[in-house]
Amino acid sequence: MNGSQFDMAAERPGRPLTGGICQPGFHRRHRMAGMVLLSALLLAGIVAGGILLGDSRVATHLDIRNAAPSLEYPFGTDWLGRDMLARTLKGLTLSLAIGLITATASVGIALVLGLMAATLGKTVDSCISWLIDLFLSLPHLVTIILISFSLGGGVKGVIVGVALTHWPSLARIIRAEILQLRSAEFVLTSRKLGRSRWWVATRHMLPHLVPQLYVGFVLLFPHAILHEAGVTFLGFGLSPQQPAIGIILSEAMRYLSAGIWWLAFFPGLSLLIMVRAFDVLGDNLRRLIDPHSAHE
Amino acid sequence: MRLEACNIGYRYEQGPWVLRGVNLDLNSGEVVGLAGPSGYGKTTLGRILAGYGQPAEGGVRLDGEPLPQTGYCPVQLIFQHPESAVNPRWRMRDILREGGSPGAEVCGELGLRPEWLGRWPNELSGGELQRFCVARALTAQTRFLIADEMTTMLDAVTQAQIWQAVLKFSRRHELGILVISHDQNLLKRLCTRVVDLVELNRGSCS
Amino acid sequence: MPVLEVNDLSVAFAQYESGLRRKELTVISGLNVSVGSGEILAVVGSSGSGKSLLAHAILGILPGNARLAGTIRYRGETLTPARQAELRGAELALVPQAVTFLDPLMRVGRQVRLAARGSDPTAAQRAVFARYNLPPAVEKLYPFELSGGMARRVLVSTAVVSGAQVVIADEPTPGLDEAALRETLGFFREMADAGRAVMLITHDIEAALRVADRIAVFYAGTTIEVARAEDFADTGESLRHPYSQALWRALPRNGFIPLAGFQPANCNLVAGCSFQPRCPRAATECAKAEPPPRVLRGGMVRCHYAS
Repeated sequence: MNGSQFDMAAERPGRPLTGGICQPGFHRRHRMAGMVLLSALLLAGIVAGGILLGDSRVATHLDIRNAAPSLEYPFGTDWLGRDMLARTLKGLTLSLAIGLITATASVGIALVLGLMAATLGKTVDSCISWLIDLFLSLPHLVTIILISFSLGGGVKGVIVGVALTHWPSLARIIRAEILQLRSAEFVLTSRKLGRSRWWVATRHMLPHLVPQLYVGFVLLFPHAILHEAGVTFLGFGLSPQQPAIGIILSEAMRYLSAGIWWLAFFPGLSLLIMVRAFDVLGDNLRRLIDPHSAHE
Repeated sequence: MRLEACNIGYRYEQGPWVLRGVNLDLNSGEVVGLAGPSGYGKTTLGRILAGYGQPAEGGVRLDGEPLPQTGYCPVQLIFQHPESAVNPRWRMRDILREGGSPGAEVCGELGLRPEWLGRWPNELSGGELQRFCVARALTAQTRFLIADEMTTMLDAVTQAQIWQAVLKFSRRHELGILVISHDQNLLKRLCTRVVDLVELNRGSCS
Repeated sequence: MPVLEVNDLSVAFAQYESGLRRKELTVISGLNVSVGSGEILAVVGSSGSGKSLLAHAILGILPGNARLAGTIRYRGETLTPARQAELRGAELALVPQAVTFLDPLMRVGRQVRLAARGSDPTAAQRAVFARYNLPPAVEKLYPFELSGGMARRVLVSTAVVSGAQVVIADEPTPGLDEAALRETLGFFREMADAGRAVMLITHDIEAALRVADRIAVFYAGTTIEVARAEDFADTGESLRHPYSQALWRALPRNGFIPLAGFQPANCNLVAGCSFQPRCPRAATECAKAEPPPRVLRGGMVRCHYAS
C-alpha cells in the first residue's frame, strides 16, 4: 500500500464550532465507569462483610434481644440478640453465591439448547421450541417449588429449581440470533473464503453471542436471587439454619406486628439495593464494551 | 478456466420457478454483463454461480467439475451492501485478511489507506468498506468474480476507481468477471458481451 | 427569494476514541445551499460525505452528540430546534430511503392520513393513492406487505399529503431499474412543478441530472460547487470545480476516468482546500488557505483557480 498524500495533511487550526463539544469535564463514559466501579465495590463489600464478620456476632446474646438500630448495631438485633447487619450480610453472600451458580447454569443450558435448536435440524428445533414454550407458560415460582420440593429442599433443591426454570427466554434469543447469523452475508462469505465451520462458529458467531449471553446472565442473576429468596420465604427452599435472606424475611414477618420493624426492613432493603447494583453494573459494562455504542 | 451454469432451475420450496433452464458460461479473463429488470433472479443466479445457493435443477461447473464445498472457493461474490458483508465486531485488518493476503498492488490500486486497517467497520463509509470487500476477494486463488450491483451504492468517482482496479487485476491474473447491473452505460463500458436474463430464463417469471 | 436557505452550516460530533479521551469530528463545515419553490436542487456527493446529515440538520433530527453552527432559514425565518419540531412533517417533509421509516405495526393508509392536514384526511389519502396508482386495498396493508414499488409510492404519498412546501428526499433511487427510476424521479419533478421546493440528496449524478434544475456538488462536508444542470455536458468544461469535472468524467459514458486518493472523513484533517491532495491543478496556495465560496458564471464555486 502506498503511504503518500496523507503525510502532507496537517491538523488544520480553523473553524471550531461555538463552544466546542469536547470540553474537559464529566462525560458519559466517566459516569458509566464510575457507576461500574461503585456497584462493583458495593457487591465486593457485601461479600467481604459476609465472609469476614465472625460467627460471634450471629451467636445468641440474650441480654441484647430486640435492640433497635443503633450505632453499635446499625440494623438492630433479633429476638435471640443476633446482630442483624451480620446476618443480612451473610444472607446476601449466600444469595450471591446461589445466584451466581444458578445464573451460570441457566446460561449454560440456554446456550446448549439454543445451539442445538438452531443447528440440528427441524425436528430437534421443534422439540426444543415446544419445551421453551412449556416452561415459559408455567409460573416460575410453582415450577421451582415443585423441583425444589422433589429434591428435598435445601441448597441443592433451590439451585436446581432456579437453574432449571430460568433458561427458556435466553435459549429462544440465542436460537434466533444463531439462525440470523447463519444466513448473514459475512458468515456465508467466510465459508467461501475457505474457513471451516468450526472457525466460523468461534470467530464470527461466538463474538455476537457473547453479549447476548452476558446480558442474559445479568438479567437472570437478580431474578435468580429474588426467586431463591421467595421460595425460601415460602418455606420450600433453604433450611432455617442457613442465614438466607428468605429465612430472615420470613421469620421477621412474625415480629412485624410487635413493632420490631427493623428485622424485615433492613434485610429487605439490602436485597433490593444489591439486585439493583448488579443491574447497574451489568448495563454499564455492556455499553462500555460494545463497539456499536462505544463512540456515542 | 471456464465457469458454466448448466440448465439452472431455482425456486423456493414448491413455489413458482424463479429460474428455469438457464445456461451461461464465462471464460478466464472475460468480462460479461448480466442485465435484466428487478425481480428476474439476477441476484439468485449470481449466488448460485458463487456456490451460495444450491439450484433445484442443473448445476454449476468449473472446468467440468462441481464447485468445491469446502476450502477457498475460486468463484467469489461481491454484494451490493458492503455493510452486511463484513463482521461489525472485527477490525478492518482482520476482515481484509480473512481469505489470505491480497497483494499490495491491488490494495494500492483500490486506494486502501493503512490508517483504515485499525478501524471498525462502522467508522468507514460505504465506499471505503466496499474497497475492502473487493480487496478481500482478490487473492491469487480467485479465478472468477461475481459482482452483484457492486458499485450501485457508490458515487461515480469511487465506482470508476474500484472498477479500474478490478479490471487491472483481471488483466494481470486472467480473472473472469460477471457484472450484474442495470446500469446500461456501466455494462457497455466494462463488458465484452452482455447477456439479458429475460432472454436466458425460461421460468414462469415474465 | 429561496424557500429554504442554509448558511455557513457546520455539524460536528463528539466521539470517544479510546478509554475516556474524546475528540471532535467535523462532518459538515461552512456549507451554503438554498432551494427555491418550483425547483429541484440535487445534492450530489459520495457516501460518507455528510449529505444525509445535511437533511437531518435541516429537519432538526441530528443525534444528541452532534453540535450545529450556522443558520437555516425557512421563508426568511431563522429556524430554532423548537421551530423545526413544529415545521417537521407540516412544512418540511422527508422522503426516506426505505419502508423501515414507516411504523411496522400500523396500516399504511392510517399512516398517510396521520401525515395529512386539512379537514378530511381520509379523502386526501384516497386522492393521493389514486394519483400514484395505488389500489384502494393498499391502505389496509402493513408496511411489510408492500412491494418495493408500492413502498416508494407510499413514502412519496406521505410527503405530498402533508402539504409540505419543502420536500427533502434522502437517496430515493439507488438500486432501481430503469422503469422504477423514471417513475420515482417523475414524482419529484411533479412536486416541484406544483410549486414545492425539492432537495434531492443522492450519490447518483446520472439520476440527478435527469430531473434537477441545479446541482450542488458535495465534497468532504461542504458544497464545493453549485451548477446548473446544463453545465454537466460534453467534457465538463463549463463546470467550475475540478472535483465536479472529475465526477462527470468518471461516469461510465464519459470516459470512466478514476481519481486517485480518497475523501477525508474529518473536515479539519486536510490543510487548506480539502480537495487539494487529489487535485490535478493544486498549487502551493491551495495547501495554505481554504478557498472561500464565490459566485462564478451564475453558480457558486470554492476554488482558488476556477475561472
